[in-house]
Amino acid sequence: MHPDEHGHEHGPDETPHTHPHPDVDPHPPLADTGSARRAVRIGIGGPVGSGKTALVAALCRAMSEDLRLAVVTNDIYTTEDADFLLRNGVLPAERIRAVETGCCPHTAIRDDISANLDAIEELEDSLGPLDVILVESGGDNLTATFSKGLIDKQIFVVDVAGGDKVPRKGGPGVTAADLLVINKTDLAPHVGADLAVMDRDATARRGALPTVFLSLVEDPSAKPVQEWIRGLM
Amino acid sequence: MKTQLLILADGRFPSGGHAHSGGLEAAVVRERVRDLDDLRAFLVGRLHTAGLVGAAFTAAACARPETMDDLEDELDARTPSPALRLAARRQGRSLCRAASVVWPGPHVTRAAAHRGGLHQPVALGVVAEAAGCTPGESAAISAYHAVSGPASAAVRLLGLDPYQVHGLIAALGDDIDRVARQATEAARGPAADLPAASSPLLDVSAEDHASWEVRLFAS
Repeated sequence: MHPDEHGHEHGPDETPHTHPHPDVDPHPPLADTGSARRAVRIGIGGPVGSGKTALVAALCRAMSEDLRLAVVTNDIYTTEDADFLLRNGVLPAERIRAVETGCCPHTAIRDDISANLDAIEELEDSLGPLDVILVESGGDNLTATFSKGLIDKQIFVVDVAGGDKVPRKGGPGVTAADLLVINKTDLAPHVGADLAVMDRDATARRGALPTVFLSLVEDPSAKPVQEWIRGLM
Repeated sequence: MKTQLLILADGRFPSGGHAHSGGLEAAVVRERVRDLDDLRAFLVGRLHTAGLVGAAFTAAACARPETMDDLEDELDARTPSPALRLAARRQGRSLCRAASVVWPGPHVTRAAAHRGGLHQPVALGVVAEAAGCTPGESAAISAYHAVSGPASAAVRLLGLDPYQVHGLIAALGDDIDRVARQATEAARGPAADLPAASSPLLDVSAEDHASWEVRLFAS
């Protein structure tokens, strides 16, 4: 179609003008990242000791065969941690980046996400296109959540040993995370946690948002979480 | 315009500053800063060295944002520590990323696209100009940040009383104002003649800090 043939009548004294060609996309091309689409960024938050790092390790082991993964951790990360992950065949060190949070782990994932965005950019620059980037928060309390400017979806991990009243307490992590993981279910009988109560309270707090129960002892590949992540892609 | 200045000066502005201690973490761990008196000495020293240089480059970049590349080279020459260059560039990049959304414009776009990032003081000047600040105001923000950043890190690392620490910052107010004026005056001259005050211990301890296995702050 000629640019002038654009489907409306022109009056005789109208200011001359042109229209973009209808077959041409008027938008500038997106930045070329070498990939058809951006990696899915998933935030993994939750209190200290709830099993975030173990979950990240399990997910990497289960998904790094067929997906291009990288991890940004906001936790205190030592070369010992890096060696552990490497030894256990989780991820090579160059796929893991630690960011310093200036003693404010919640600030780094919510109020000022600069350091995390830098880390993601640096991983993408050095590794090329990625499918999934897991952003692990430093252990924090129930009020910590990720900014949507940093991640696409977030998982909040609590564990049964933290007490079965945690889902009832709510807080933005429990109420608004895209997936709530109630972890270490194998410990429930030992700590007197009632999973039915946790399930009921989680549903009451979260409405239609999904909650899964997990025990990495019984399910080392974190199947329900893995399936949920794969469903996002 | 005043409001734009306050937004940029606000420690809550999301430009990555909260994760940098301006050398204070290294000083605390090596037990050179242990209490409020030590902190005062640290802040005064930093203000009159790194603080003055930074504020002068900020004022110059605010007055002449189109010269950002020259200023970048000059500031690079005044920053012998590779760890501090990296930290300054990371902060510059973070600031430009935020400014690209908050105060978009041609200079900010060019600064944000700078390979590796501009040093934070140069980036701050470019962004301050885009926000409508004068060079003098931009220097005031820079000099204030040179003190407020490490002071806030001291509250977190040493558990100092936050009221006393803010009392200390307020007591340094006239000093901060003087450094900002001195920086603004210096910024009227050519880039090569901008202040080059140095603090060798900050340079050396930045290299030490960068080699640690566990750090709570990025610099």
